[in-house]
Amino acid sequence: MTNAADGPAGPLQIETRGLAKVFDGRTVVDHVDLAVRSGEIFGLIGPNGAGKSTLIKMLTTLLPPSAGEARVAGYDLRTRPQAVRARIGYVPQLLSADGALTGYENLLLSARLYLIPRAERLPRIREALAMTGLEAAADRLAQHYSGGMLRRLEIAQSTLHRPALLIMDEPTVGLDPVARDMVWDHVRDLRRRYGTTILITTHVMEEADALCDRVGILHGGRLEKVGTPAALKAEIGPDATLDDVFAAIAGHDKETEGDLHDVRLARRSAAEHG
Amino acid sequence: MTSASRAGAPPSMAEGLSRVGGYATQVFAVADAEVRKLRHDPSELLTRAIQPAIWLLLFGEVMAQVRGLASGEGNYIDFLAPGILAQSVLFAAIFYGIAAIWERDLGVLHRYMVSPAPRSALVLGKAVSSAVRGLSQAVVVYLLAIVLGIAVDLNPLHPIVVAALIALGSGLFSTFSLIIACIVKTRERFMGIGQVLTMPIFFASNAIYPIDIMPAWLKAVSLANPLTYEVDALRAFMLTTQESRYGIGTDCLVLLAVTVVLVAIATRMCPRMTT
Repeated sequence: MTNAADGPAGPLQIETRGLAKVFDGRTVVDHVDLAVRSGEIFGLIGPNGAGKSTLIKMLTTLLPPSAGEARVAGYDLRTRPQAVRARIGYVPQLLSADGALTGYENLLLSARLYLIPRAERLPRIREALAMTGLEAAADRLAQHYSGGMLRRLEIAQSTLHRPALLIMDEPTVGLDPVARDMVWDHVRDLRRRYGTTILITTHVMEEADALCDRVGILHGGRLEKVGTPAALKAEIGPDATLDDVFAAIAGHDKETEGDLHDVRLARRSAAEHG
Repeated sequence: MTSASRAGAPPSMAEGLSRVGGYATQVFAVADAEVRKLRHDPSELLTRAIQPAIWLLLFGEVMAQVRGLASGEGNYIDFLAPGILAQSVLFAAIFYGIAAIWERDLGVLHRYMVSPAPRSALVLGKAVSSAVRGLSQAVVVYLLAIVLGIAVDLNPLHPIVVAALIALGSGLFSTFSLIIACIVKTRERFMGIGQVLTMPIFFASNAIYPIDIMPAWLKAVSLANPLTYEVDALRAFMLTTQESRYGIGTDCLVLLAVTVVLVAIATRMCPRMTT
C-alpha cells in the first residue's frame, strides 16, 4: 500500500489487507487480502453464509470493518468513505429500484444523488435507457417491470455516474436464463465501453465461469483461493468444473449459516425478480 | 501530492457555493422522489383525510357540549380544529419510520446509503418530503374547517405562517420517527412502539383540551412536548378567535431547536439501518 494520500492507486481497484468483521465474537470475514485489478470482472464465490455479503457491505462502506485496511477505487475505506461512495456503483441483491417510481424517475433520482451536472443528466439517462433496452418502458412504474428489466434498471442507476468500480451482489439471482444472459451481456458491455471494473458475488458456479476473468473462493469467511476459472479447474483435474473446485475446498458443508431474516429477504427478492 | 494539497487547502468561495448547491440538489432529490410517488398514487391523501374528519365531526360535536373545555372566546370546535390539524400531521409523519423500515427491507434504502450524498442530506430530504405530505394534509383539514363554519383566519399572510409551522412540525415528527426506526429496525416492533408513542404525544398536549384542566404532572409533560408548541402557534394563526399562550417566537424556537437536534441524531444513527 502506498503512502500517497489519495487518488487512484495504480492498477488496483480494490486492495484489502487483513480485512475482518467480527459479530458478537463470531468472525464472519476472516482477514481477507483481496486485490481486484482495474478493468477485470472478478467473482467472489461461496455458499450462503461464507461472508460474501458482509465483505461486500464493508467494501461499499455500509459496514465498518473490525480490523484490517482497504482501499477501494483509490481511496481509504475508513478515512474517505464518501470519496469511495462517489467512485463506486453498487447493485444490492435486494430490490433497489423504487417500484413506485417510473424507470426514468429512478434514474433521475440517481443522477441527482450522484451530482451529475444538470446539462448531462438527460443525455446520460437516455444513453442508459438505450443501453439497457428500457426506452419504451421508461415512463412505466418500475413495479410493473419484469425481473430482468428491474435488474438492468438497477445496473443503469448504479452506473450513471460512470463509476470506476461496479459491485454487484448476486446479480442474476431469481432470473430466467434469457434475462440472465441479458444481464451478463450488459455487464460485459459496461466494461468494454467504460473500462469499468466489476466485482460480483455469486453462488452459481456457471455464472462465475461464464462471466469472470478471475474468481476468489470464500469459505467460512476466509479467501481460500484466487485464480482464473481455467487455472482453478486445471488444478483439480482435466474435466473438473468450478463446482469440483469448490467441493475440494469446502467439503460437503456447502451451506453453513445465515438466519431466517436472510432467507426471508433472499426469497422475497427472488420472488420479485422472478 | 497535488490531491493532498487540494484536500488541505480551505475551499474557495466558488467551491463552497457549489458544495451548498450539491447538498441542496441531494436534499431535493430525496424529497422530489417522494412527491412523485404521491402523485402516482394520491389515494393515501384521501384516506388520511378521513381521520381528521371523524375527529371534528364526531368527537368535536359531542365534546362541544361539555362546558369549560373551550378557552378563549371561540367555541370548542374552533379550539379543536388546530389540534386536529396538528394531529393529522403528527400521524402522517410518524408513518415515516415504518416507510424507512419498509425501504430498508426492500433494499431501496441501500441505494441512498451507498450514494455520495451526506447522511444529513438524506435525513433532511425525508423531512422535507414529510413536510410536503403534511401540507397536502393541511389543505384537507382547512377545507373541512371552512365547511364546518370554524372561524378560520383567511388573512393571506396567516395561512403562509400555518404552512411553515406544518412543514416544521412534519419534519420534526418524521425525523423522530426515523430515529425510532433506526433503533427498532423491524416493522413489527415499530408498530408496537409507534402506538405507544403517538398516543401520549397526542393526549399529553394541548391538542384537544386546554392544559389548564390537567393535573400538575401532566401539565409538566405537556410543556415538554413539542406538539404543544406546534398547536399553540397553529391556534394563533389558523383562527380569528384564539391567541398564542407562549408567544409565537417561543413556539417557533422550540420547534426549530428540537428539529435540529433530531436531524443531528438521525444523521448519526441512520447508517445502522443498512448494516
